[in-house]
Amino acid sequence: MSDEIRALTARLAEEPTSLAFLELGEALRWRGQYEAAAKVARGGLSRYPGLADAHDLVARILSDQGDLAGAFDAWADALRLDPMRTSALKGLAFLYFRAGDPAAALEHLQRAAEVDPDDRSIPAAIARIRGESAPAAAAPGPLPTPPPAMSVPPDSPFARLSEGEYGLLLVDADGLRLGGQLPTPDGGEAGDRVAAELAGVAREASRATRLLGLGSWDSIAMETPGAFLVLVPPSPETVLLAARDPSTPMARLGLLAERAARAARAWLEGTA
Amino acid sequence: MTPAAMVLDRVTRVPGVRGALLASAEDGLVVAEQLMDGVDGRAAAALTGALVGRLLRTAGAAGLEPPQFVHLRADGGSLLAAPAADGLVLIAVAGPEANIGLARLELLDAAGQLG
Repeated sequence: MSDEIRALTARLAEEPTSLAFLELGEALRWRGQYEAAAKVARGGLSRYPGLADAHDLVARILSDQGDLAGAFDAWADALRLDPMRTSALKGLAFLYFRAGDPAAALEHLQRAAEVDPDDRSIPAAIARIRGESAPAAAAPGPLPTPPPAMSVPPDSPFARLSEGEYGLLLVDADGLRLGGQLPTPDGGEAGDRVAAELAGVAREASRATRLLGLGSWDSIAMETPGAFLVLVPPSPETVLLAARDPSTPMARLGLLAERAARAARAWLEGTA
Repeated sequence: MTPAAMVLDRVTRVPGVRGALLASAEDGLVVAEQLMDGVDGRAAAALTGALVGRLLRTAGAAGLEPPQFVHLRADGGSLLAAPAADGLVLIAVAGPEANIGLARLELLDAAGQLG
């Protein structure tokens, strides 16, 4: 059990009526402990049935677990309680899109864009649904915040991840993209260009750790002003890159990379 | 003590850090070093320089600015790097027990001082 989860569990035990269940449920969800996260979230929801955050948390967990109907109901409840809730609007848009109803998905995203015009992930998601490129920003900035897992191809290595494949890139030993998408700060996509460089990174990392007696490398974390990036090797022949804007703590991005690497490994074994 | 020696001294005071060095990012030449026995400074500089160079190109391909900090984690320890001014890179070699969070802060601060 991590220190964070231990502390949150202790806080909730001391104050069962506190809102600590929101943080604890989310922390468990991030670690892939969905059953435990659902138990915590439902416990909190039973005490706070009028709290939109609690419904939102339940929806995210159910979406992770693949219970899309349950997630739909939970996001609908969150939206009923808080009609300006963009996370619920984006979540419902994702579910509509998955269900093959892009018009309804666009309607929800447009409502989300009206509520939060500064959320750059929303126009990007709208553009993706329309099959267009996202509008370019005036100057390079941070990476766009990932939208809900939208339009993930069913054969994607990351099809089962709730985050989708946005900001995730799986690359083979030849520097070719196996799956994923990598946004650029200006709304473009750099997957193939970055993939070509990543094959060399894995070789350099292996050489450095071997010759310095550090053993096998298991991750590279890189901080830039506009994005945090984590590289992990799901297999000896592949490299996975996870990228997020710097508002995502690096340690959390590391956890996402590990989850994505597990998904990639399962996908690689299934396609071998 | 030179400014370079002072920043290296600070970095090597972090528990678990086995050595620190300042090197040219382009050719891996060592400018200053403070290393425990058994740490090959020239190899660390050359290898880290090559890796950081590749990461610079990766960041460029992604439309991003150059990295400010790099952490290569391995099962036997870590290699940390923070590019500094004038084409230099500050490097630390750390054992698996090192306080990486503290080492990161010291490296970033030290790289800033060297700028």
